Amino acid sequence: MIKLERRRQPSQAWSYATPALAVVATMFFGGLLFAALGKNPVEAIRTIFWEPLFGEFAFYYRPQLLVKGAPLVLIAIGLSLGFRAGIWNIGAEGQYIMGALASAGVALALYPLEAWWIFPAMIIAGALGGFIWGMIPAILKARFGTNEILVSLMLVYVAEQFLASMSLGLMKNPEGMGFPGSRNLQQYPSAFNSEVITNSGIHYGVVAALIAVIFAYVLLSRHMLGFQIRLTGEAPRAARFAGVEPARLILFCLGVSGALAGLAGMFEVSGPSGQVSIDFNAGYGFTAIIVAFLGRLHPVGILLAGALMALTYIGGEIAQGNLGLPSAAIQVFQGMLLFFLLALDLLTNFRIRFAVRGTA
Amino acid sequence: MDLSAINPILLLASLMVAATPILLAATGELIAEKAGVLNLGVEGMMIFGAICGFATAVETGSPWLGFLAASVGGAVLSLLFVILTQLALANQVASGLALTLFGLGLSALLGQGYVGVKPPPTPDLHIPGLSQIPFVGEILFTHDVVLYFSIVLVALVWLFLRSTRAGLILRAVGENHDAAHALGYKVVLIRSLAIVFGGACAGLGGAYISLVRVPQWTEGMTAGVGWIALALVVFASWRPWRVLIGAYLFGGITVLQLNLQAAGVAIPVEYLAMSPYIITIVVLVLLSRDKARAPAALGRIFHASS
Amino acid sequence: MNRRSLLTSAIVAFGLAAGGAAAQDKTKVGFIYVGPVGDGGWTYEHNVGRLAIEEEFGDAVETTYVESVAEGPDAERVLTQMALGGADLIFTTSFGFMDPTINVAKKFPDVKFEHATGYKRADNVSTYSARFYEGRAVQGTIAGEMTESNIVGYIGSYPIPEVIRGINAAFLAARAVNPDVEFKIVWAYTWFDPAKEADAAKVLIEQGADVILQHTDSTAPQAAAQAAGNVITFGQASDMSEYAPRPRVSSIIDNWAPYYIERTKAVMDGTWESSDVWHGINEGMVGIGEISDAVPAEVKEKALALKDSIAAGETHPFTGPINKQDGSVWLEDGETADDGTLLGMNFYVEGIEGSIPN
Repeated sequence: MIKLERRRQPSQAWSYATPALAVVATMFFGGLLFAALGKNPVEAIRTIFWEPLFGEFAFYYRPQLLVKGAPLVLIAIGLSLGFRAGIWNIGAEGQYIMGALASAGVALALYPLEAWWIFPAMIIAGALGGFIWGMIPAILKARFGTNEILVSLMLVYVAEQFLASMSLGLMKNPEGMGFPGSRNLQQYPSAFNSEVITNSGIHYGVVAALIAVIFAYVLLSRHMLGFQIRLTGEAPRAARFAGVEPARLILFCLGVSGALAGLAGMFEVSGPSGQVSIDFNAGYGFTAIIVAFLGRLHPVGILLAGALMALTYIGGEIAQGNLGLPSAAIQVFQGMLLFFLLALDLLTNFRIRFAVRGTA
Repeated sequence: MDLSAINPILLLASLMVAATPILLAATGELIAEKAGVLNLGVEGMMIFGAICGFATAVETGSPWLGFLAASVGGAVLSLLFVILTQLALANQVASGLALTLFGLGLSALLGQGYVGVKPPPTPDLHIPGLSQIPFVGEILFTHDVVLYFSIVLVALVWLFLRSTRAGLILRAVGENHDAAHALGYKVVLIRSLAIVFGGACAGLGGAYISLVRVPQWTEGMTAGVGWIALALVVFASWRPWRVLIGAYLFGGITVLQLNLQAAGVAIPVEYLAMSPYIITIVVLVLLSRDKARAPAALGRIFHASS
Repeated sequence: MNRRSLLTSAIVAFGLAAGGAAAQDKTKVGFIYVGPVGDGGWTYEHNVGRLAIEEEFGDAVETTYVESVAEGPDAERVLTQMALGGADLIFTTSFGFMDPTINVAKKFPDVKFEHATGYKRADNVSTYSARFYEGRAVQGTIAGEMTESNIVGYIGSYPIPEVIRGINAAFLAARAVNPDVEFKIVWAYTWFDPAKEADAAKVLIEQGADVILQHTDSTAPQAAAQAAGNVITFGQASDMSEYAPRPRVSSIIDNWAPYYIERTKAVMDGTWESSDVWHGINEGMVGIGEISDAVPAEVKEKALALKDSIAAGETHPFTGPINKQDGSVWLEDGETADDGTLLGMNFYVEGIEGSIPN
């Protein structure tokens, strides 16, 4: 008979050990999957985890890890604040789209004007776009008590339709031969989110992601608001006695996560992606939820988790190209990683007791 | 513009077909949510059901075995969610997303050999008597069995929740798991069964797409229907008959906008496509004033000793 | 700034090395797909082209592909990865890969790139596309002859020039053989959503269409037509012969294999040059699937005659006099459309009802 016993304090040791354990378990079962598909499992795992970091072309892939990981970290940091307080924003994908549309809107409206203030204006517009989209579930929850999980999710689909409408209509490139999609902002110097150091992969979005990590770390460990967030998540009743205003916290958490997701969209549309198109959103908003949990809702953990997730994406692409693995196999692999992480998390909060029932 | 080209009875008939996958999946999710479980993995279970059903129907030549396999497939996949959320006490939002990711990937792997294959046809059921009603009968009462089953299922779920003791216990678990536990009910078991039922329904809904509505197999063919089903449960404020109405309304919007287009009415398609989601949000707000709220323990983790 | 130049030259050096090394042994050909190879349509057919290269050259080539690549930053990385991995020739098979292709091509001057359906070229970037509208004209002829209700349903994906061109070509051909024919057009606003395509087909059939033309890739409309009974359809992207002889009476097949083989050969021989091709029926890029027995012999003959005449260059599907929808003159008598206008086509021809959404 297996019994679960809640630990008085979450185990520090297990909270570090479980992510590593989950990765190992995923490697093992993922290896089995790859073997079942007729691929060499060791080679496949090596390609995914080793090749991007230390392989022949690591000089190219390492910066790419930053490019791929930055939006994930930026969004996940915002989400983690809410998740800690029990406020579930799962509509980051929509906020990401709206941030991108708002900032691209500013840039496209000003084209071809060149001025130093365009890029900062886009940053503000991007953050604002995501913020407003995040405030809809926030205000509805604070005012009417509606479920923010469902409202924020619904708004993703509204945003997606809006994106399609914009790329086929208002924002369509007038010189694009009638094809859907906006002008490419990479070719508009004032709006281009260029690399801070060339070929390092470090564009302004990477810088913003790092600032967000530090900001969240300080907020959670040093600031009163951070204390309130943690308290609300861990002991809602105690929080109320401690004078936490739930409405204020809801507005703050959803607002910040919306703004950060909007910023991620802004840095993406003005840099690596370059243009608004029908399929501009590549699922970063949903993947960031996984990253937030993978990082155990801790800022530093999220940073590492974002890097790990980026690694499986980039390594997965290399495995596809080099070994002919189907992209679906990579998807299953990522699903497994999350499964193991969620399942093993049990060990952090609970002690497993093997009780022998009855004595002979 | 020629609105007379739109035949309302035909419109009704085709929206019934369009709505059935959503209806099946939403009915299953309704039971899970009534038990206090929010499973965001509906899309994953649907697409997994779609390929299980398709592959089985093609291999055996029997669409019925296909539908059976689809339910079993959906249920089996939902067991992963049971393990995560009921045994390992993991967060339901994250677990549901993982389930969708996993289901999409796995179905694509399983379906590699089935692209471009034609499944055996699912025969239509001509309901004796009713189908003889001139015109109307021919259209409304000559669908396939699964479509009628989905309506019967709604009725059964309604009866179950309203008039059976088991239904009462299920609702109690969803409202307050600690109280239900104190009364001696096995919260984890009841929730697990509710999740598995939800998985089976979602799988069936997926197979309806791959075997009846389309019918073919292609990767990612559910194209977001599972998420609409989630919206629908909320839209229906967790009531079975409203799920039925809502499914026909949601299905109806798609079919209607295509009808209007074909009749030459210039409509902004993207904005119409947004409308189900916006309506759902409005309903959510209106509901918050209503007594019929979400199950109180929705999404909360239960552990006996806590 | 040392660091920058070091890295840049490293990339270029690797590009050169990769190009040089691979030329000695196997020719490496990479493909990047926007969808999964199991989509049964657009990507599926490109993958058939890839397999044809392997078939043709055997051990002399090695092909790789990455599927379901999002248009944007992922595309650029995957292309770089292929180039670094020693690819000699890379096919980028979606319009949205245009800018990434150009960007990566700049960094790897010795790798050849082939971009489908785009309009930006460079010394090492070619573009290729298919004149699918030629096939549409053949379909339109059959549709105009075969319809009894005089209503032809058309399922469009997105209102872009490629799709509008197809509608116009089919309509002109249908009107030429049947002055009473009308087109009902429905935009699905998706490249790929089988359930929605099925709905669109049903709606058109309910509103009286007995011929369905589709510019989306799934077989869902075929199945809907089959269920309805007295309706004919045409395969799109692939032959969809599993629905022959009825409802599918013919098809337009994306046949990339001849071009892919030709270009791979050119790289192997060292004769590859940047070019812009827009191939049609004549070159075999647009295939017309077998016209089934459900089509009366004289109609079949007429359709095949048109096909042959287009292939021989004697007939252009857009030959004047043609007016635009608003009645203004587009092409004078005997004048044929230039490729520029066709590429950017954003208007219906006279006789089509309704307006193009924007």
